[in-house]
Amino acid sequence: MKNQFYIFILILVLLLVSLLNLSLGSVHIQFSEVISILMGNASENSSSEYIIIDFRLPKTITAIVVGAGLSVCGLLMQTLFRNPLAGPYVLGLSSGASLGVALLILGGSIFSGLTASFLFSKWAIVFAASMGSVLVMMAVMATALRIKDSMALLIIGLMFASLTSAVVSILAYFSPASNLQQYIFWSFGSLGNLSWNEVGILSLVCFFGLLLSVYCLKNMNALLLGENYARSLGVPIQKNRNLVIVATGLIAGAITAFAGPIAFIGLAVPHLIRQVVKTSNHFVLFPAVIFGGAIIMLLCDSISQLPGSDFTLPINAVTSIFGAPIVIWLLLQKKKMLF
Amino acid sequence: MENLTLIETNQLSIGYSPTQPIAKDISLQIEKASLVAIIGVNGSGKSTLLKSLSGILPILQGDFFLNGKAFKDFTNTELAGLISLVLTKQHFSKNLSVVEFISLGRHPYTNWLGMTSRADKIIIAKAIKQVGVEHLKTKKCDELSDGQLQKVMIARALAQNTPAILMDEPTSHLDMYHKAQVLHLLKNITQETQKTIVFATHEINLALQLCDQIILIHDEKVIQQSPDELVENKALLNLFPKDLIVFDESSRSFRISTKKQT
Repeated sequence: MKNQFYIFILILVLLLVSLLNLSLGSVHIQFSEVISILMGNASENSSSEYIIIDFRLPKTITAIVVGAGLSVCGLLMQTLFRNPLAGPYVLGLSSGASLGVALLILGGSIFSGLTASFLFSKWAIVFAASMGSVLVMMAVMATALRIKDSMALLIIGLMFASLTSAVVSILAYFSPASNLQQYIFWSFGSLGNLSWNEVGILSLVCFFGLLLSVYCLKNMNALLLGENYARSLGVPIQKNRNLVIVATGLIAGAITAFAGPIAFIGLAVPHLIRQVVKTSNHFVLFPAVIFGGAIIMLLCDSISQLPGSDFTLPINAVTSIFGAPIVIWLLLQKKKMLF
Repeated sequence: MENLTLIETNQLSIGYSPTQPIAKDISLQIEKASLVAIIGVNGSGKSTLLKSLSGILPILQGDFFLNGKAFKDFTNTELAGLISLVLTKQHFSKNLSVVEFISLGRHPYTNWLGMTSRADKIIIAKAIKQVGVEHLKTKKCDELSDGQLQKVMIARALAQNTPAILMDEPTSHLDMYHKAQVLHLLKNITQETQKTIVFATHEINLALQLCDQIILIHDEKVIQQSPDELVENKALLNLFPKDLIVFDESSRSFRISTKKQT
């Protein structure tokens, strides 16, 4: 009962933070006006209406989807690998996406095989990032079939990340400054600039990934005991692992494709949530992590807009600045991180 | 007539690679409601035998029957209703509370949401009571001592409610008193619940006193006998090198060798 209460509180906080996020921005809009626009009332100020409906609302929804999605990925990965330091980055999914984008932006300029208009279109970047994620996901699954040890898989993910960053460095070395700048901007991550269409596709893919995850939750609980115990409880280990890899691949891939690489959310949120709901039961953690992740992502986004100024900080930097100390604090406080 | 044999193997070969079996020609007959210890020196293949019997490790050769049916014909789910495990050194989530941990034993029987029914809860409560960890129910596994954790792991296997429980060194890391306590608990379980417990152990002295049957792995050979037969046949005399400890037949235990070393 206590856990239901926590989740209820999280939902309430999520609503409040969403409203806060909508009402903050470089253009000052009265809180009451924000509410009235959201209720569907026409505003006297059409530009406010435009800002809320076509700029801030898609951004808020993106933040919710990104925060929730990455946190779920982190939760599932931490259980699957039985490692508290696992996250969506561990499988090298976002490195794969980065490699795809780097090959497009940086590699494209070197080989100049593609026309500039395609090169710089947003969909090309989304396509490249998705392809990169999917390819890495397939590579990881191929290794997962041969290697039974989850720990080894984790290290392969890390190695893949190093390999990717090396290739990106080489590409960057030979690229003109303008392309390099475009790549760096992508790697900063961005929740804004998504049209309603793009938000729709992102949400749909993430929703499908979340559905797959829900199907795995019962077996994930058994997996808390380790693979041998889980098998003895009738869990189809291989099938479950593949499903989790596909689900996290879809979610993390789509998010990285549309919003760029966003660090620490996937790693830190499950640990923060475990401080609140004192259980490892995935049927409790899953909703808690979804709401908690959304809340934290919205907060990071509000901070990145530097309320009261025209500047916007890169979202990836904000999540890292807050995420890294949180992880260190957790480590110091609990001596060891539990999953 | 009811078949009393739960686990039966015939000319079984076990090991990690088919070219190098760790033990061959294993023919076992383990009856229902019996307490069976697997003994042998370090590296003799006790854990390998347990892993093979539980299906973690595929068997290399020979026949293996469970309840009269070939082991390979069982699905994972069916096996979950027949064999439960208590393993050592498992890297499991220490964030689980004792009651959550034990409840996971009901995993094969719960719905897709993993909800425990009233019947499940009764079985869980019974398992908790049987091993005597009622006072630890709300603690995290992280906060338990080795002995307490061992009991909790046994309770989880009990909650799974299978006719056979396989345990790998359930008494390791425990002090002398708790070793005896855990083995006594196992004996009680086999008598009260009619479950069969097969466990690997280094506690030969205790096993000889408490077990119905002993599986001795020595020099790649595996024999199964009752403790009395084992002592009568002098099977334990050559188990260890004799320079430090010897088997004393009158007390049925290993003792420090009193002979002067040369």
